[in-house]
Amino acid sequence: MLTKEETRNELFTMGHTGCSGCAQSMSVKLIMEILGKNTIATSATGCLEVFSTRWPESSWKIPWIHSLFENSAAVASGVEAALKYMGKKDGINVIAQGGDGGTADIGLQALSGMFERNHDVLYICYDNGAYMNTGYQRSGLTPFDAYTTTSPSGKESFGNNRPKKYMPEIAMAHRIPYTAVSSAGYPMDLQKKVKKAMTIKGAKYLQVDVPCVPGWKYEPRYSVKLAQLAVQTGLYPLFEAEYDKIISVKKISKKVPVEEYLKLQGRFKHLFKDEAGRAEIEKIQKMADENIERYGLM
Amino acid sequence: MKQVLEGSMAIADGVRMAEPHVISAYPITPQTHIVEHLSQMVADGDLKAEFIMVESEHSAASVVLGASACGVRTYTATAAQGLLYMEEVIYNIAGMRLPVVMTLANRAVSAPINIWNDMQDAMAIRDTGAIMLVAENNQEAYDMHIQAFKIAENRDVMLPVIVNVDGFVLTHTFEVVETIDSIDKVREYLPPINMEYKLDVENPYSFGTLGEPSVYMESRYNMYNAMKYSSKTIIDAAKDFKNMFGRFYGGLTDTYKMDDAQTVIVAMGSVLGTIKDVVDELRDSGKKIGVLKIRSFRPFPEEEIVNALKNAKNVIVIEKAICPGKGGILSVEIRDSLFKHKINTVNVNGYTIGLGGRDITPKNIKDLVERAEKEENVDGEFIGLSQQYL
Repeated sequence: MLTKEETRNELFTMGHTGCSGCAQSMSVKLIMEILGKNTIATSATGCLEVFSTRWPESSWKIPWIHSLFENSAAVASGVEAALKYMGKKDGINVIAQGGDGGTADIGLQALSGMFERNHDVLYICYDNGAYMNTGYQRSGLTPFDAYTTTSPSGKESFGNNRPKKYMPEIAMAHRIPYTAVSSAGYPMDLQKKVKKAMTIKGAKYLQVDVPCVPGWKYEPRYSVKLAQLAVQTGLYPLFEAEYDKIISVKKISKKVPVEEYLKLQGRFKHLFKDEAGRAEIEKIQKMADENIERYGLM
Repeated sequence: MKQVLEGSMAIADGVRMAEPHVISAYPITPQTHIVEHLSQMVADGDLKAEFIMVESEHSAASVVLGASACGVRTYTATAAQGLLYMEEVIYNIAGMRLPVVMTLANRAVSAPINIWNDMQDAMAIRDTGAIMLVAENNQEAYDMHIQAFKIAENRDVMLPVIVNVDGFVLTHTFEVVETIDSIDKVREYLPPINMEYKLDVENPYSFGTLGEPSVYMESRYNMYNAMKYSSKTIIDAAKDFKNMFGRFYGGLTDTYKMDDAQTVIVAMGSVLGTIKDVVDELRDSGKKIGVLKIRSFRPFPEEEIVNALKNAKNVIVIEKAICPGKGGILSVEIRDSLFKHKINTVNVNGYTIGLGGRDITPKNIKDLVERAEKEENVDGEFIGLSQQYL
């Protein structure tokens, strides 16, 4: 527990307008603790930008810039180039941040460019699985069968009809030196991966699973629990890769059935109504099992 | 030193003299030669800069945005579709008050796809908050790029500057250009960039924050005011340049043979060369005709225009752009300027000509001079259409 004074000295400070239970703001705080003050950050348009920088207030005690929705990676590339020109790059971390939409959908081109050019930037994708800032619309990282306002469940629909895009694998396909997946449910894992990323020169990708209270529709007290369940079911495998090779995975000690994860969230409640929904849960269980197999999680 | 230079090379060399620190670009005709030349200069060690060849114009503008926010001097270049693709970023750069300098090799916009010159691309970004200067020839393009950095980086301006140069007509044409021999003289003219607010770990600021209804308008007003103020900076930059290097093309506008002129042709860019030849010829035959050159399209030089045109009878506005659903663009702004100053004795006719690289000949100009005296308030009429394709 931090004292009030210590909280005030944090680089991502209190006073922002994030929702109670917001796993994204929690992750940013954890990440900033590791990165330290010699860091310049960019943010894509999204929740984080909106709730942390309502002018004239800002929660950032490091230099921070938001430009547009799709260019966080390109702006960070420019920041890195400027630091290189000034001969300051070695002492300063550059991070680019975006949500899942700003990263895997609209920002993918700029991100691919940043990867391919191998800028010395850590890109962090806070994945809450939909466009939460605009009110819960589906993105390329929305999980299978999740209700969103643009992939609603209904007589003819079980919600989002496509699985999540394999974004970390897309990063790995660029042969960047470091790709990692972590979770707000595992602070030590998250901080360890940030620490490691800081030691590696070149482009890095870190994707963090960040449960979203209003988007996923659950009680705020379950944020950490849900993030942990996502990992323990096999639905959100945590791993590290160097170039195109996975070098470590977070093992699951005891596999949890996906139902335990789904039933706490309003976005999946339509799956619990009838037999047809049951069959969908089976499909999701199969996806989790395939992940366990594919990444060797057990 | 006098050299025969391709327009793109002249521009690249002008940019080199301004010593930008980060350059980012994406190829598009007819801009490509400029960034090819610059990347060669960096490869040869003639320019110490980070050159980032990106995957799109959107990222080119975003890279210079990020670099500029760190307080270094930045440059990019584009044309037509590339400009439209980066338009969102240009608004953002201007809103964040970052002094990025950019060349726009003016080119037609698609569809139909067409790589040749007109100014429709420039007209699409006229409200972004970027200062828009227009060069008439390669020498002015060379000089204007050096001036552009001085204007952009002025503490009271802090806005992006876009230097418009006609695609192919200037970018791919060889002309004699007098280049500056002494980089020290340029350094004296253009001091090192020194931004008050930047991304600096020693003094952290948040850039691009959320501007709620209670503050957004003030932010836009400050930018609007800076743009207004920049008129003075543009004029000063031109005068200082004259004092140091001897060349001058006017401040916001320039005039040619305007004494006692009853007919005035108004235009921007390379077409002014053809227009001046025609005016010489008509003057020789006794016609009281002159030329008003628009050197700064944004900020719009209302006062200068009114002063230049108030005693004319007929004004002919030659425009390589069209506003569908309305008509002329420059001509409408000129008519509005005169109206605001309660001048109703000037007949302003605007003609749309030379779209998509179609030649504008001396005969075209002469025909318009004849027509303008018989017509009133022409609003962007298309000139020289082939009936068979209509």
